[in-house]
Amino acid sequence: MTGQSAKKSKTDDSDWRGSFPALHQEINGHPLVYLDSAASSQQPATVIAAVQTYQECSHANVHRGVHTLSHRATEAYEGTRDRIADFINASSRTEIVFTSGTTDSINLVAQSFCRPTLKPGDRIVISHLEHHSNIVPWQMLCEQTGAELVVASIDESGQVDVSEITDLLDERVKLLALAHVSNALGTVLPVKEIIGIAKTRGIPVLLDGAQAVPHLPVDVQDLDCDFYTFSGHKMFGPTGTGVLFGRESLLEAMPPYQGGGDMILEVSFEGTTYNDLPYKFEAGTPNIAGFVGLGAAVKYLQCIGMQRICQHEKELLEYMTTQLSEIQDVRLIGTAANKASVQSFMLADIHPHDVGTILDHQGVAIRTGHHCAMPVMEYFGIPGTARASLALYNTRDDVDALVVALHAAHRIFS
Amino acid sequence: MNTQSQPTDDLRDLYRELILDHARSPRHFGKLESTSHQAEGINPLCGDKLRLYLKIDADQTISAVNFEGSGCAISVASASLLTETINGLSTERALDYYANVVYLLTGVDAANPEIRLDLGKLKALEGVREFPSRVKCATLAWHALHSAINNTNDTVSTE
Repeated sequence: MTGQSAKKSKTDDSDWRGSFPALHQEINGHPLVYLDSAASSQQPATVIAAVQTYQECSHANVHRGVHTLSHRATEAYEGTRDRIADFINASSRTEIVFTSGTTDSINLVAQSFCRPTLKPGDRIVISHLEHHSNIVPWQMLCEQTGAELVVASIDESGQVDVSEITDLLDERVKLLALAHVSNALGTVLPVKEIIGIAKTRGIPVLLDGAQAVPHLPVDVQDLDCDFYTFSGHKMFGPTGTGVLFGRESLLEAMPPYQGGGDMILEVSFEGTTYNDLPYKFEAGTPNIAGFVGLGAAVKYLQCIGMQRICQHEKELLEYMTTQLSEIQDVRLIGTAANKASVQSFMLADIHPHDVGTILDHQGVAIRTGHHCAMPVMEYFGIPGTARASLALYNTRDDVDALVVALHAAHRIFS
Repeated sequence: MNTQSQPTDDLRDLYRELILDHARSPRHFGKLESTSHQAEGINPLCGDKLRLYLKIDADQTISAVNFEGSGCAISVASASLLTETINGLSTERALDYYANVVYLLTGVDAANPEIRLDLGKLKALEGVREFPSRVKCATLAWHALHSAINNTNDTVSTE
């Protein structure tokens, strides 16, 4: 691959790349160039080892046994909760609820926070650029309650309009649910400003942070959001792990989401006393090994520092955007001033899936399609995009390989 | 920077000139006004979407066929080749082609058709077999054909 000989920029950090075993393989005879971290990120060796060590030495059920393994499993599992509370600066570990992923976290808020009090005429506000997981749970909720889902528009660059959202936030609105970073476009929304406005009107705000947490420093107290949701597998941890941060006073008032073991203090056929936070929301045996891995992933991120990661990716995204825009017939989709990690594009009139197949044959993994954001595609009048997404382990070499592969795709179709 | 990267044989096999030609200039493209049978095919993961229109005469001859929709080069070319192939055939023979093409694309023994046809131009689709994630792009129009002839009027989904 010609990109291998390219001079490394000072921000390229081969140590980071070296931590990820999956990146060191050939695909279709080419070194793997992984540009699909927005769909799911690869895992560092420390995460893989933490899960394996847990399985080999510490596995038992959590919060239950008096024996040593159960104690070890509980320590490891709860250790992740402490680490995450610290990582996103929650005021208390009780505000960290473990879920199966962002989707699960959002559904929990829809059903437990909103549904008991929502009535016809009430409104939930989202934006046009949301992932389906921040659309469909609200549509279902509205069907269940007679409330109305209101969608704030986006502009040609893929950014929301703060003044429009401000106008929408009247007394009928019971929740504002927004992406922190758009998965399809990479737009970083001005969430702090918007939350500030919502707060003055007493409207709670949920942020879908799935695409933000792996790329930006996130401080839930500084943001002053009421709920913050994210997924482990997009931040170098295992699949099937997710987090719901909720303001303690709100979580306290919410009924349980699911019933079962671990979420109770006392059960009789006359009635059940629910467990304290956050266990009230964690029914059943959780994905213990997954959360042990997630704890290792957060540790990995903290060791590097989110500010450094953010700076590295910012420079790399600028490089990638420039390189892509210099390719003949590339149309960039998502051109907001403030972006993180993602660049969607179209190559001439070649369908994104054909682009994806040709790139894969050169070892370059990108996502193609609607990215679970079909309303975004409808807005831009396209069936889908090709999307290159970056993570801390990507380098300029990866971008150069992408460009070479796109030229090949262009030649095949020209 | 060297921007020359040559496509592999597999890739050339997938995007043969015939496929690219049909993708760029699909035959029988557009809505058919007087139609007796139609079906929609969608590939929800990809977003490919096409509608197949048939005019089937009383003697079960397909006297007209058109399609419209959008999709990748493989799905559009496959639909275009379908229209060229089945126009003027009996529905029975069209279904024989359906079985032969599905077998060509999937190689699944259970799909092995009783009647083997010379697939002619349709053989250009066989390169798709090396790309498992693209097989359903190529079969989409053919499943829609099956649905339309059987008058189910259902939307065919690849999922």
